[in-house]
Amino acid sequence: MAEQTIHHHEPNYLEYRGKYKGLAGWLTTTDHKRIGLLYFYSMMTFFLSGVVMGLLMKYELIAPGEQLMGAQTYNGLFTLHGLTMIFLFVIPGVAAVFGNFFLPILIGAKDVSFPRLNLFSWYLYIIGAIVVLISQFLGDGPPDTGWTFYAPYSLRTNTNVVAAVTGAFILGFSSILTGLNFIVTMHRLRAPGMGWMRMPLFCWTLYGTGWIQLLATPIVGITFLMVMAERLLGIGFFDPTIGGDPILYQHLFWIYSHPAVYIMILPAMGVITEIIPTFARKTIFGYTAIIISSMAIAFVGYFVWGHHMFTAGMSSTSRWVFSLLTFLVAIPSAIKVFNWTATMYKGSINIQPPFLWAIAFIFVFMIGGFSGLVVGSLATDIHVHDTAFVVAHFHYIVFGGTGFAFFGALHYWYPKMFAKMYNIRIANIGLLIFFIGFNLLYFPMFYLGLMGMPRRYYDYIPMFEPANLLSTIGSWIMATGLIIILVNLSRARKMTGKAVDDPWDGKTLEWQIQSPPPVENFDEIPTITTGPYDYK
Amino acid sequence: METTINPSVDLHRDDTASKIGMWLFIFTEILLFGGLFLVYSVYRFRNPVAFHLAHEELSITMGFINTVILLISSATVAIAITAMQKHNKKLTMMMLGLTLLLALVFLINKYFEWGAKFEHGMYPGSELMANLGHGDMLFFSLYFFMTGLHGVHIIIGMTLLAITLVKVKKGAVHAGKYQLLENSGLYWHLVDLIWIFLFPLFYLIH
Repeated sequence: MAEQTIHHHEPNYLEYRGKYKGLAGWLTTTDHKRIGLLYFYSMMTFFLSGVVMGLLMKYELIAPGEQLMGAQTYNGLFTLHGLTMIFLFVIPGVAAVFGNFFLPILIGAKDVSFPRLNLFSWYLYIIGAIVVLISQFLGDGPPDTGWTFYAPYSLRTNTNVVAAVTGAFILGFSSILTGLNFIVTMHRLRAPGMGWMRMPLFCWTLYGTGWIQLLATPIVGITFLMVMAERLLGIGFFDPTIGGDPILYQHLFWIYSHPAVYIMILPAMGVITEIIPTFARKTIFGYTAIIISSMAIAFVGYFVWGHHMFTAGMSSTSRWVFSLLTFLVAIPSAIKVFNWTATMYKGSINIQPPFLWAIAFIFVFMIGGFSGLVVGSLATDIHVHDTAFVVAHFHYIVFGGTGFAFFGALHYWYPKMFAKMYNIRIANIGLLIFFIGFNLLYFPMFYLGLMGMPRRYYDYIPMFEPANLLSTIGSWIMATGLIIILVNLSRARKMTGKAVDDPWDGKTLEWQIQSPPPVENFDEIPTITTGPYDYK
Repeated sequence: METTINPSVDLHRDDTASKIGMWLFIFTEILLFGGLFLVYSVYRFRNPVAFHLAHEELSITMGFINTVILLISSATVAIAITAMQKHNKKLTMMMLGLTLLLALVFLINKYFEWGAKFEHGMYPGSELMANLGHGDMLFFSLYFFMTGLHGVHIIIGMTLLAITLVKVKKGAVHAGKYQLLENSGLYWHLVDLIWIFLFPLFYLIH
């Protein structure tokens, strides 16, 4: 009998037609890849509206005095910018989009453990987002408290805080369920042969993230419930005039919201750890060290929340303990940077957009990290607390870290997700412009902060004008870069061309299957015999 | 065990996974209340006398009856699960029904307890509450908030148990597949456990 190879074409996840077709098919899907894309498209919408708000604020600050808006509008705008970017983009960000899409593939599974719960999490995310947005239009005006909802102001302002807090509560619930799903998936669905110590490092960071989501989010949930109860029922938890304690609010808020920074950054570090060995053509340096440092960040990160409150009133003992612990987090973060650079050492580096994003990530992340030491030490923090310095610091970490990793991941996995290749030259140009704009936008804010310009002000004294002008110009350059990047990617989507299964010659499991991945990922669950980065 | 078969690879069902998932979820619930316990301890530490005097307004008898009710209901849920393992569908349904009944009695008790307070003008946002001293105000605020949130959890637990009961009756939950029953039972134990902490904190403090 003649041997015949029949290419039985498995439907890929994009063309697969289930019970419903079209939009209804997407909205009822339990496929982790489709849910990843649902997150992706909704998240990009929120991200871009957050960018527009940021641009408006930067335009307001181009010169002293009122340009576009008054103080109240500016207050509402930075609150909404913070809520959108923090709760709708960076916290779910990398984990919800790329974690959903690639976690099951990377561990050789067909889906997450609870696919329906996964879809439910997305719905919670959308409902939470809608409730946050409703807060802008209902009641007595948009909330003006900042995304932190500090008591007692959040209890007394007439603006619509309750809706915003409810939205954040629902988003937290969505985040918990996603974390829970990922943890169980990694415990139960790793392919045969894939022991914990053969799991790709992106999965490990998602594992750490999942635990932080479980351990920290309920605390902010209950805190937000208390704020609602206080506003609606007049229960005195945090308002000092009726017996409460506003400092207690800050503690409870940061017990979640500091670990939340690690929810944002850990998966981002995981993405970078995936990208670098692929393009350095080398096994990752210090696989175990990266796992331990990821877990250490997740663990120690849980005990440093007090560094947000050095000027809020704490005993000097707690202040230096929190400061010390904060410095300790720098160690595992630095270990990762050394691992990344050591991986590149003597590698045969293939310079491609994802790799350049990773390099850019390391650069801005280090600036963010070092400025973190400045705000983490007691004496200097008193000088720069609540100034533009802090704004620059956390944008370098949150946007420079998570944002860069998000776009790095997008460029890295785009050919897998859509089976199309974007224009590499334009991608590089976009990155360069974005990178220049980013630094021009945020670096002057370090200087402004050191000179004493407070954050969250719509106006300033004339001496701050040159640096603010520079920063505003930077915001335009960055926006230009962003447009180039996004147009390049969306144009690639429409291009016709041969599907590329493994454009970067990657060794992890997602590159072993066709692009776009088939509905069930693998015809047959693979058996794993080596570690994930088997390059040499 | 050289051949541990991972059932989830071929089937879509994985009982261990749903059990782990449930335990993790219960963990987050404990943390949710943990935040409140933290707030309670801070304010009690600051207002020891007021908290002590305020607690005397609560009826230990009512609290005690409710504690006993919940403890029995935990036992009945446990019996329901064991009965299911022993293929005794009838006993399972009876025990689930009994649990639901006990939960309802708990809520009715709570209704009378709260109702008596409300009648005296004591409820969150009332004039009487606003005129209390800070310590008393915090005690009763926490009392209403924590027992209220616990009550919400009772209702969620009852919903879960009721769904389970229907599914047992229809045969969708049976001796070969009773993870839903076990998870609902776990959740019910959690609701019970939280009350075990609420009871001494509000009714029995010295």
